Amino acid sequence: MKEIFNINGKNKKIELRPDSTLLEALRDNGFTEVKNGCEEGQCGACLVLVDDVSVNSCQILAMSVKDQTIVTSKGLGDQHKPSIIQEAYVDAGAVQCGFCTPGFVISTYSLLKKNPNPTEEEIKSALDGNLCRCTGYIKIIDAVKLAAKRMNGGEDNEK
Amino acid sequence: MKNNFKTVNHSVRKIDGLGLATGEELFTDDYDIRDCAVIKLMPSPYAYAEITDIDESEALKMEGVIDVLSYKNVERIMHTTAGQSYPEPAPYDCAIFDNTVRFVGDKVLAVIAEDEKTALKAIKKIKVKYNILEPALDYEKSEDRETSRVHTEKDAIQIIPIKFQPEKNIASEVNAVVGDVEKGYKESDEVMEDTFYTQYAHHCMMEPSSTKGYIDGRGRLVLITSTQVPFHTRRIVSHATKIPVSKIRVIKPRIGGGFGNKQEALLEPIVAFAVWKHRIPIKLILKRDEVFVFSRTRHPFRIKYKVGFNKNGEIKAIHLDALQNTGAFGTHALTVVSCVGSKILPLLNKIPNMLFTGKAVYTNLPAGGAYRGYGATQGYFAYTQMIDVICEKCGIDQAEYYKKWHIKTGETSEIFKALGEGKPGHIFKIDSCELTQCIDKGAEAIDWKSKKAKYSFKNKKNKNERYIKGIGMGCFMQGSSVPYIDMASVYIKMNDDGSFNLNLGATDLGTGSDTVLSQIAAEVLETSINNILVISSDTDVTPFDVGAYASSTTYLSGLAVKDCAEKIKKIIKKHAAKKLAVKEEDIDLFEGNAFIKGSKDSCSYGEICTSAMHIDEMEQIQATSSRVSKSSPPPFSAHFAEIVIDTLTGNIKVEKYVTATDCGVCINPKLAEGQVEGALVNGLSYALIEDYSFSKKGNMMNNGFGKYKIYTAADLPEIITIMAENSYENTGPYGAKSVAEVCINGPIPVIANAFYNATGKRLHKAPFKPEYILEILGE
Repeated sequence: MKEIFNINGKNKKIELRPDSTLLEALRDNGFTEVKNGCEEGQCGACLVLVDDVSVNSCQILAMSVKDQTIVTSKGLGDQHKPSIIQEAYVDAGAVQCGFCTPGFVISTYSLLKKNPNPTEEEIKSALDGNLCRCTGYIKIIDAVKLAAKRMNGGEDNEK
Repeated sequence: MKNNFKTVNHSVRKIDGLGLATGEELFTDDYDIRDCAVIKLMPSPYAYAEITDIDESEALKMEGVIDVLSYKNVERIMHTTAGQSYPEPAPYDCAIFDNTVRFVGDKVLAVIAEDEKTALKAIKKIKVKYNILEPALDYEKSEDRETSRVHTEKDAIQIIPIKFQPEKNIASEVNAVVGDVEKGYKESDEVMEDTFYTQYAHHCMMEPSSTKGYIDGRGRLVLITSTQVPFHTRRIVSHATKIPVSKIRVIKPRIGGGFGNKQEALLEPIVAFAVWKHRIPIKLILKRDEVFVFSRTRHPFRIKYKVGFNKNGEIKAIHLDALQNTGAFGTHALTVVSCVGSKILPLLNKIPNMLFTGKAVYTNLPAGGAYRGYGATQGYFAYTQMIDVICEKCGIDQAEYYKKWHIKTGETSEIFKALGEGKPGHIFKIDSCELTQCIDKGAEAIDWKSKKAKYSFKNKKNKNERYIKGIGMGCFMQGSSVPYIDMASVYIKMNDDGSFNLNLGATDLGTGSDTVLSQIAAEVLETSINNILVISSDTDVTPFDVGAYASSTTYLSGLAVKDCAEKIKKIIKKHAAKKLAVKEEDIDLFEGNAFIKGSKDSCSYGEICTSAMHIDEMEQIQATSSRVSKSSPPPFSAHFAEIVIDTLTGNIKVEKYVTATDCGVCINPKLAEGQVEGALVNGLSYALIEDYSFSKKGNMMNNGFGKYKIYTAADLPEIITIMAENSYENTGPYGAKSVAEVCINGPIPVIANAFYNATGKRLHKAPFKPEYILEILGE
């Protein structure tokens, strides 16, 4: 069946089944920036924003959020116009294989929206639902701090 | 120091970083191939069984089911899935489909269907009859006469002359001798022995194992696959399916981590066979529960040491014995066992008598494979605690002990020669070693000496405190490539605007090697990294490279890039000299321009290439290079951990962890730190929480991230990452050696040493879960 979804600010006709998860519906329709890491809501690679709240897209049915706005990492920024968070991840060396990164970008967005000046402990706790095996998380935490600093208009000499 | 680099030794942005952060870079399953059918594997419910009958007739009647593949209709060709150079030092002990299943989760058959749901329904309709066999589940008993033999098939072979004895459940065996240990024990004041056990663990790379295949417009098979070894994969697929190499193209897109798991041609032969037979696009993407069981794991080990030493701490003889549970298949069995000796025994190279005995035995459990650390990680658990015991017994500070005895620049180890990969190794001298610096800096960063005394169980007054602290340390080494086995090659061509295509066989699996190798090219070519356009790992386009393993890429592929870029530089100078009407030796290259020395007369790379291609010589400026490694310079690392033990719950919390690492010149310091930190945190998680739990029948019970927990950001201790200064490896590109693996070796033994410091008790079994800690504390 086909349904209209609002994804990354645009209404888009999506081909899906009634029982498609949001993850399946997004990936099957070209939103491959949303990654499938475990399908059990444990790894955070499939995080998207649903009405500005971060959600593991593997854990909900697409049809249950049909009338809500959905934003993926690419919706926050693309290579042509990257978001501060995405740039900060690259500058901090927080991207290795990058499979988990779009999910981390979404978590970071959610955190910084609620809390523009998080402490290290608050960052660690906010990222608890995202798994990364490459970085050991240290550069990811640096990236969140760097993004916060830049969003707050702080000087940046780390580039 | 020779350190006025322009691009090398700078933390340039990872060239694929932004595309990965936005999600625009493509991984295997992101490629949009229309009407791609799917394969689902039927997992074996039994640890060991012979398949006596498969009735797939009901499944084949279903709409959307394309085929069922099993031993009944797939030709049996024995091969190894180990992605290693030919001839592989791993037994050819598997077929694409077999009439025997050897672990719970082994593939019984494959259903090809138009979509996943149909495939899963079809699997339920297939009736399989088994003759259930008694499984071999205890690797320490694998060789016992009463234990079932895992490989009784007559056609399993080992293609090189190394010990392969399936009739004894032995997949591989290796020995190495230096001097005479018995004589050494006799000369020692004290001889002691101990035994240690390490557990199954998984790489947990975030991208599941994934392969897609299709037939291109010229009838050739294209495999887009998440692999660390595209060229080995092409060769192994060809062997296992009889599709000629000339008909196969393997493309490695972005890879979501590997850590050794994807040094394996595991899914590719299945997909290749299916696509070749049906001439349609087909994919096989494992689910996370399948990844845990069906893809490769870290081999569990039993490690024993017997050491003779004198009262002054001098070791006279050591015997290291490694027994590896290789699981159902012997992929990487021999080489992982060998590394227990070869990546550990050279560290204290002055020991005159050394014996290494290693054996890999089959069981009916998931197969081990390559995993960052590759045997060294398991072996250091025993070895590093052994050093700690000697220091404690002799009253010597551990840091001082390592500084006195560790291998130094200009020295060598007999082990390099005695222990290779399936054959003798090659002797080489250590060209760079800043381990002493690492020990000093690490010790200072954690305040080693005073904390060691303060926390020591010997000095604890209140014996009933709930929380007790401890501190431990250890030193580690690895290698950089496998000498005279690993080869890397590169092609570079120049474009009209002065940019360069850098075509690499090397495989970036997320480590950043595309970036690091571009930095090396940019440095040689006196240009910006933005002018280096990388394509890597496409068997049709790029020249051969063994792939991403053995900590070889920066070192060996880096050497090939440097060599190739230097050839290009020479050609540019030749053209520039002609254009500027001077001699070649009078040309200097600087920031994309050729200058006459001491003058401002110049021409740009763009002008040089344009005239070379269109006006003057009418030739393409291009070069190729291939390099074989002639040594394997070890990176070194000193680790220190401060822990808190909750004696009530048995929980160990690492409070602070310091690593100080010598990897030569860091080509990209931030990416190098990322390798250190990633390996460390993976190691911490392995030391404290990761393990496979099996049912009595060999079924993995925790095959999901819900039950198999790995470290998250919330679990981190305070981590201090120190990179050694002034280390320059002359045999490497711009002074570099490897960094990827060495730091995963630290956490298990360093935490165990800290536990001893706190409690006076030794830990012998990883992981250090609360129930085990309580058991030890209660003793």
